Amino acid sequence: MSAGYYEVNGKQVPHDEEGYITNLSDWSKELAEVIAKQENIDMTDEHWEVVNFLREYYDEYQIAPAIRVLVKAMKKKFGPEKGNNKYLYELFPYGPAKQACKIAGLPKPTGCV
Amino acid sequence: MSDVKKFLYVNRKAPHGTIYALESLEVVLIGAAFEQDVALAFLDDGVFQLVKGWDTSELGAKNFQPAYTALGDYDVQKVYVERESLEERGLSEDDLIEMTYEDEDDDFAEKSSIRIVSREEMAKIMADADVILSF
Repeated sequence: MSAGYYEVNGKQVPHDEEGYITNLSDWSKELAEVIAKQENIDMTDEHWEVVNFLREYYDEYQIAPAIRVLVKAMKKKFGPEKGNNKYLYELFPYGPAKQACKIAGLPKPTGCV
Repeated sequence: MSDVKKFLYVNRKAPHGTIYALESLEVVLIGAAFEQDVALAFLDDGVFQLVKGWDTSELGAKNFQPAYTALGDYDVQKVYVERESLEERGLSEDDLIEMTYEDEDDDFAEKSSIRIVSREEMAKIMADADVILSF
């Protein structure tokens, strides 16, 4: 991928060479669907739950959590059946922190290579 | 992991005006994500990084102070703040933000990560670290 634009409702939303949006305030639910489609993900309620959770986490702490931290925080909020690697990787096969953060319109998690 | 090293991140500069504080925080988050033994030290003007109530609205800079309170999620449990540095600036522990972690060995009880130490103790903490990164 190279830097470019997502098309949402006739508007162009700029993203970087990895697909993360450049201006966090450009995010919308419609945009999330567009990014998810490009990642080959059909957004279900379970996907939204993770995406919304990440946005809340970012809102509170100003950082996109690393996967280990996401798992721990999900476990705390939703219990062990959702707060585990397997569940999150089934939803986001190419890395929950990475893919879900992209869809959530957040920066790439620090420490994610 | 067998090869866990003791990392000490030393923060000596005020939070704004330079990129040091933010860069240090980023490196801390990276180090912690790789499950190293991470400790932070705040001394000199670095203690201002932890003083409550930042307002960056006039600076055109992001207020990244909330990120310090997430460090507990990254298993950062040791935050050493030098007493003399606080006193020289008319500050005390009451002026600092709360930083906590959950103690797995104590039924996940929430405990404060901040430890106020003397200059002498700080010297020992530095001598004890395997790796020191100074910002």
